[in-house]
Amino acid sequence: VSANPLDAEPLLVGKNDDRSLTDSLFSPIFSKNGRGWWGLFLLCAFMTGMMIFAIAWTVGNGIGVWGNNIPVAWAFGVVNFVWWIGIGHAGTLISAILLLFQQEWRTSINRFAEAMTLFAVVNAGTFILSHMGRPWFAYWVFPYPPTMKLWPNFKSPLMWDVFAISTYLTVSLLFWFLGLVPDLAALRDGAKTRRQRIVYGIFALGWNGSTKQWNNYRWSYLLLAGLSTPLVLSVHTIVSFDFASSLIPGWHTTVFPPYFVAGAVYSGFAMVLTLMLPARHYLGFKHVVTMRHIENMAKVMLATGWMVTYGYAVEIFNDWYSGSPFELEQLKTRFVGPFAPYFWALIFCNCVVVQTFWSKKLRTNLTWLWVASLIINLGMWLERFVIIVISLHRDFMPSSWSSYAPTWVDLSLFTGTIGFFGFNFLLFLRFLPPIAVTEVKELAHDLKGHEPTGMV
Amino acid sequence: MKPFVLGQFSSSTSWLEAARALRGKGHDDIEGYSPYPIHGFEEAFAMPRSRVPLLVLCGGLGGASLGYTLQWWCNAVNFPINVGGRPEHSFWQNIPITFECGVLLGAASAFFGLFALLKLPRLHHPVFDVNAFRSASIDRYWISVRTADTDKARADLAAAGADEISIVEETA
Repeated sequence: VSANPLDAEPLLVGKNDDRSLTDSLFSPIFSKNGRGWWGLFLLCAFMTGMMIFAIAWTVGNGIGVWGNNIPVAWAFGVVNFVWWIGIGHAGTLISAILLLFQQEWRTSINRFAEAMTLFAVVNAGTFILSHMGRPWFAYWVFPYPPTMKLWPNFKSPLMWDVFAISTYLTVSLLFWFLGLVPDLAALRDGAKTRRQRIVYGIFALGWNGSTKQWNNYRWSYLLLAGLSTPLVLSVHTIVSFDFASSLIPGWHTTVFPPYFVAGAVYSGFAMVLTLMLPARHYLGFKHVVTMRHIENMAKVMLATGWMVTYGYAVEIFNDWYSGSPFELEQLKTRFVGPFAPYFWALIFCNCVVVQTFWSKKLRTNLTWLWVASLIINLGMWLERFVIIVISLHRDFMPSSWSSYAPTWVDLSLFTGTIGFFGFNFLLFLRFLPPIAVTEVKELAHDLKGHEPTGMV
Repeated sequence: MKPFVLGQFSSSTSWLEAARALRGKGHDDIEGYSPYPIHGFEEAFAMPRSRVPLLVLCGGLGGASLGYTLQWWCNAVNFPINVGGRPEHSFWQNIPITFECGVLLGAASAFFGLFALLKLPRLHHPVFDVNAFRSASIDRYWISVRTADTDKARADLAAAGADEISIVEETA
């Protein structure tokens, strides 16, 4: 850590040429799996099995095996859906928005974050599909010409959700794959075995890096980034409409769209740190993911943490200012009601812990950063729990008030999706380059002579 | 079919210079290959402006119009749905899905349009017959000249500083 804040930390450490960057970044793919990888993989595979079992149990017995009931009709299913979707948002922010703002530090972490987006959105979809109760009718949400002569009601925010989430998943996949194509070509050309050469060759689609290809590719990549930027803002905005457009005290508020988006980015960056800090250490990516990247991520979290805190403050102020007895009762329930510990834990995790990032010493302490990122992930989960469960369990009529507790199916499904996320991620680390090699080489080429690192 | 004459360059500067020199000597069917886009390659290789932006514009506008028409036709014409007295054709409530459809089709045209313009996937290309060409995606820069007069192309590539020159015929 340099003492002088005017001296920028380097983006790439050491002397790197194209060959050494390629070799070092592909090395996890071309070397054998370590014991640590196998241990984690088996654990995640077991948890994935648990998820499959929980889904099968839900489908086989009906949605009644979950803990949600009237009045808490949305609980773990929607809490976890919103949590996973939010985690996905940092991937798109890093790969698209930071690209448009020409933030060079995005280059080393974008591929990693995009993969995280994909796997998180898949998990979010799992919750939505199983929450439908009869997932085999899931296609009813799409406007296909049905024999019943009915169309979906497009005025419902839940229909907007269908379009937002499916567009988000599709566009994230296309963007991720487009970025991968030149790397897959490099993998094909650097392959050690004939099988690798054939498999990577097929997925590289015949890419040969010709000027004609690059000339068109750069436009496609830039335009996909340009389209993803408003898309990512729209997705969590539309998710927040599911709540904001209802009348439930605690949901019926206009601050939701911006504060959901800020919260999404906040939790997403926390998840990037949770995954990146160990990966960078064990896979040997310290020369491309430097302290500058890590510090920048901590700073983004500090900023979005304050936006979220501001959102809470506005929400509380508006509840009080409205003078509505139902909103005031809801506020009181959050502060001192049966679920109050969840609310205060949320404030601690999301608003207090992140303040340590003001200190350079703490935000460059990798152990503390990792612990803090876990706390923030938990805090963002609590935020969704507070919004959804606490608001629903105290609605207008005291006669309908009730409580909520998840069942073992809820808990195994949630834990299972975390395992499935890890399962996908470990496979990704194993078979695809987790750092966008082509883009890092391009960055190294552009930085030659500009960076204060003595890079050649 | 005309054969490809391939030359390898070890620096991006000499690669760009070579492209300008070859075009100056009257070679018009040349193509460069690099591991990543090099600043200024459009000018050196006289690349035409990409047609991808136009495709994306059409895709995006087409998707948005399709999305809006779909909602209007389904909910206001074919099977009018009255939800709590809200208008059957409601402009503002149609906007989120219109936007998402525009982004979806715009992104799909950026992706599939790119590969259609490049005529990919095409798993084999004559340049892959040269084993050394593998370096084109790692750390070397290549130029291919497609011409019947291979001797002239070879001499011009060598004069431009290529350090490895090979000739491949297209077998089809």
